[in-house]
Amino acid sequence: MCGIIGLHLRDPELHPMLGRLLDDMLCGVSERGPDSVGVAVYGDDRRNPGGQAAVSVLRAPGDLDRSVAALLPGTPDVTASRAGDTTVLTAPVTGETLAAAVTAAAPEALVVGRGDDVVVYKGAGHPQDLARTYGLREVSGWQGLAHTRMATESAINPEGCHPYSVGPDQCLVHNGSFSNHATIRRELERRGVTFDSENDTEVGARFVAACLADGDDLEKALLRLGETFDGFYTLLVTTADGFAVVRDEIACKPAVIAEHPRWVAMASEFRALAELPGIGEARIFEPDPGKVYTWQR
Amino acid sequence: MAALSRAEAGERDPAPAVTVDLHEVGVRALNAELHAPTARSYEVLHPAGAHSIAAGVHDEIDVRVRGHAGYFCAGMNQRAHVVVDGSVGNGVAENMMSGSVRVRGDASQSAGATGRGGLLVIEGRASMRCGISMKGSDIVVGGDIGAMGAFMAQAGRLVVCGDAGDGLGDSIYEARLYVRGRTGTLGADCVEKEMRDEHRAELAELLAAAGLDHRPEEFRRYGSARTLYHFTGDHGSYG
Repeated sequence: MCGIIGLHLRDPELHPMLGRLLDDMLCGVSERGPDSVGVAVYGDDRRNPGGQAAVSVLRAPGDLDRSVAALLPGTPDVTASRAGDTTVLTAPVTGETLAAAVTAAAPEALVVGRGDDVVVYKGAGHPQDLARTYGLREVSGWQGLAHTRMATESAINPEGCHPYSVGPDQCLVHNGSFSNHATIRRELERRGVTFDSENDTEVGARFVAACLADGDDLEKALLRLGETFDGFYTLLVTTADGFAVVRDEIACKPAVIAEHPRWVAMASEFRALAELPGIGEARIFEPDPGKVYTWQR
Repeated sequence: MAALSRAEAGERDPAPAVTVDLHEVGVRALNAELHAPTARSYEVLHPAGAHSIAAGVHDEIDVRVRGHAGYFCAGMNQRAHVVVDGSVGNGVAENMMSGSVRVRGDASQSAGATGRGGLLVIEGRASMRCGISMKGSDIVVGGDIGAMGAFMAQAGRLVVCGDAGDGLGDSIYEARLYVRGRTGTLGADCVEKEMRDEHRAELAELLAAAGLDHRPEEFRRYGSARTLYHFTGDHGSYG
């Protein structure tokens, strides 16, 4: 099953309410994925301050901020905050530099998000409990997404949680399963791409990240994904300025989009959208099979 | 049930309606009451997209859902008349046997799937696979339907007042499809057919039952070319 929610705020007046809106939406998809939940939020200055980068880490040792600071001479301000299984490090360097320092300082740790704007949280447990752990209701920002997981193909643990965030400020969440991911994984590995897990969704995320790195825009990257991947999927993909939804050509996996002058929202089920402000005036539709829907900030 | 209270009549039914507020009780309690009804008319408040509202009702009662319903609303309906003042999720009126279900808003996928009887009216649009494997029910959609409508439909009538998406009537048996707007690609073995007087007559009845005033002459009819009914023996690997 699995549940997806995403919210892209067009009206800056709503930015302080992002976390509260996401938390209400999350309630509507909790039953679809009671195993674990991952969340990504964009534009929360308290969690990813301007001029800095944030890196989200699983299995982080307690002194990670100090050991990372030791690897970044001239960077005095490495801060760490823990929310359940996820540790978020921030520092005034690029996301890639900070992620590389984390991996060098703690090879046993796993980087699950990096960027100048995004912060990613992952954990196993009930979505509502984890939303409290992440402090979701207090989040502000301009965009966010979450994935509730009902595991079918790999263990229930924070590592198996979506979103997969493998490029700067990029996140991908998936409801469904890819069937030819092993072939595509081998092709990407030949091109030098490395993987963190055996998960099929990670292959999709790495593929999209490689397309974006090649210069594709979000729409083209997802059209290429549709030409390359076989299987069932509804995907929500977010970047530093974009929000995109695509379903496979059979479109068995549910998706509802609501578009309002103040926001764009996507969810697996309507009930996750029911409490959004102005939902009565929103244009509500189900995305067509194989069609890429994108919104830019 | 503490949350049940007598309320004023709904606009459709002059009998006093029992009100059930889903902010106060769960869907299980609602459906338990509807399965052994102590009243003839019910009003459901704050559905908020909950699943399985009024599923499995088998008595001639009226149920009015004041808002948006989730999956399987009014599934397996027999004899009841259910009206949803909002949209519905997947599988509304799935496997309906008789009675009627009216959706004032839009319907998600597989609306009216496998229905054997009764009338489903969707005043808005229906998503993909509307009427999949319908087996004798009638479905009238006020707006468009998505791709793969009436997939493997076996019997019954599907009326689409807007456009129909790609793959209409794929592998269809004997259901009759009427479309007022454009159709995308037709599914395997689905073809346009002549509109004869008996078709215009049954379409007029269906439109009247749905409360729509389109003229039957505005519609085209689609159905099975019946080329998939039998193995033809000319498939090389079997010959």
